[in-house]
Amino acid sequence: MSIVIKNLTKRFGSMVALNDVCFEAPAGELLALLGPSGSGKTTLLRVIAGLEFADVGTVKFENEDVTHRSPKERQVGFVFQHYALFRHMTVFENVAFGLRVRHRPNSEVTPRVMQLLELVRLGGLEKRYPSQLSGGQRQRVALARALAVQPRMLLLDEPFGALDAKVRAELRQWLRQLHEEIHVTTVFVTHDQEEAFEVADRVVVMQKGRIEQSGSPQEVFDHPASPFVMDFIGNVNVFHGRVQHGKAHMGSLQIDYPDYPQAESREATAYVRPHELDVDKAPFAKSSICGRITQVNPAGSLAKLRIWSDEFGMALNVDLDHDRFSALGLASGDMIYVSPRRARVFVPETTEVDYSI
Amino acid sequence: MHSLPRHAPKVGLAAGTRNAQHEPLWLQYALITAAVSTMLVLVVVPVIYVFAVAFQKGVGPVIQVLFRDADTLSSFYLTGIVAPVAVIANVLFGLAAAWTITRFRFPGRALLTTIIDLPFAVSPVVAGLMLLLILGRRGYLGPLLESYDFQFVGSWIALVLVTTFVTLPFVVRELIPVMEAIGPDEEIAAISLGANGWQMFWRITLPNIKWGLLYGIILCSARAIGEFGAAYVVSSRVSGESETVPLRVQKLLESYKTEGAFAVAAVLALLSLITLAIKIALEHKTQADLNELAQAKAEVEAAE
Repeated sequence: MSIVIKNLTKRFGSMVALNDVCFEAPAGELLALLGPSGSGKTTLLRVIAGLEFADVGTVKFENEDVTHRSPKERQVGFVFQHYALFRHMTVFENVAFGLRVRHRPNSEVTPRVMQLLELVRLGGLEKRYPSQLSGGQRQRVALARALAVQPRMLLLDEPFGALDAKVRAELRQWLRQLHEEIHVTTVFVTHDQEEAFEVADRVVVMQKGRIEQSGSPQEVFDHPASPFVMDFIGNVNVFHGRVQHGKAHMGSLQIDYPDYPQAESREATAYVRPHELDVDKAPFAKSSICGRITQVNPAGSLAKLRIWSDEFGMALNVDLDHDRFSALGLASGDMIYVSPRRARVFVPETTEVDYSI
Repeated sequence: MHSLPRHAPKVGLAAGTRNAQHEPLWLQYALITAAVSTMLVLVVVPVIYVFAVAFQKGVGPVIQVLFRDADTLSSFYLTGIVAPVAVIANVLFGLAAAWTITRFRFPGRALLTTIIDLPFAVSPVVAGLMLLLILGRRGYLGPLLESYDFQFVGSWIALVLVTTFVTLPFVVRELIPVMEAIGPDEEIAAISLGANGWQMFWRITLPNIKWGLLYGIILCSARAIGEFGAAYVVSSRVSGESETVPLRVQKLLESYKTEGAFAVAAVLALLSLITLAIKIALEHKTQADLNELAQAKAEVEAAE
């Protein structure tokens, strides 16, 4: 079942949590709402669930307007950040809760709960209490509980936020698999871009109550729609300078920028990801900047360098593959030249353009 | 009596603090002796004395006084109505007020929390007088009540009202810290799973607060049964009509029926001892609940 949101606005006092938000989640999709804290992503999720009501705007499930419906009528499954399991109930009763309040007979409740506990790989733990479970197990109980009522959609608020890194990675994979199996339209909120990109079919980036960009992980990563998105999703090096006559000048760096052919000089910012910077021991490419290596971290799939540039007065982050790293034989303290293979230039009030050098 | 800090998570004293507090041995013994003897003189001995005097001629006369005296029986009957009704009123008020204060943010919330404690600060006699000023024969609403042929002073309703007033803070003050600690998450989860307000209350809220609620009820009952000052003001003090148990004790003393007074007082003292025992048992339960909550919260914070 699809979700269609139109012109949602929600204020808490003078704070605008949602500002004219529109978006659509097609049926069966796994969608991530990504943004920093305070961006309105959780409020949006709660408005979809009916736990919060917007001041203006409509929420539709397929063609049905549910804007003023109660959570019960909307029939959604909601998973809370801190699980919110019922502490005085066993795992079984937790999962059964949604069926019990709908007065379903035991003959229906028992098989359904057992089947769900198998699905979330918690078979045999039905008599435990939440306090006797690990964080990951509690989160899976919360998920089974949300699924018990056969929700028309599944909404998850920072589902893995309170778990340690390893369990988190496992659960992400597992959520993806689970979604393949049950195929319920799923929206989850996260502030972790890696999580969003790994799990979701589509990512919606939010900031200050607005949607900055929405698209597939690939689209969002490769073509960020704004400096905010560029900055928010992953590491980035930022160069400030000016554009004029189709060229951007960032200190001694020169980047072609044919979108701005005017003679009038304007301020511009170039964003370059760490893996898009090349290094060499001598000046290379059309233009390069000189810096001193301050830190080398070869652990991991890429070698990470920090290079101090006197010219820009800042440290650059550079990711190199290990072959290139060993070939250059780099060490802390070496002088080195850096040039971007690819940069995104943003001029205020114009759109972003990718340019490959 | 009881105070809020009892609910604060216990923090172990660091070894250093303990050493710094090391007082000379003579002072320790002097303080302990002072505390214990005060307790003995003011509390333990009088309570034992009440029982001793009441039973000095054996159990027979006590039973005689308690069960053969129609006025005394009637006072037990009246207290048996007034105290439970006041407690029920308190439970309803306590649940509603604790819910409002812990689950909503509204202007005047802090003020409301303060006002709830007011009955503890006001002398029960003053409380009785306040109601008399409003509902008594010469009070604001007196003429109106009279036109309905209702005499406020001396009615059981008057006794219920003053008792409810003086015991008002008990239940709500027990519930607020418990509900604050539990938070609204489970309730919101229940709503999201399709529960209506009623189902949420019975299945989620009530089981979570039951020990705290029971604790409040026990304290409230003890106070309601023993209420004297406010009841004295609004009672007509006619034996067999408008006399609660504490008022009966006073009436018996006044009329030099010392044996009877002590027999009835012994019953009140016995009720207090039972209350104390239940209170200790429940205190243990609520404290265990709160400790568990504090631990769960710490776990969540540690994971973040």
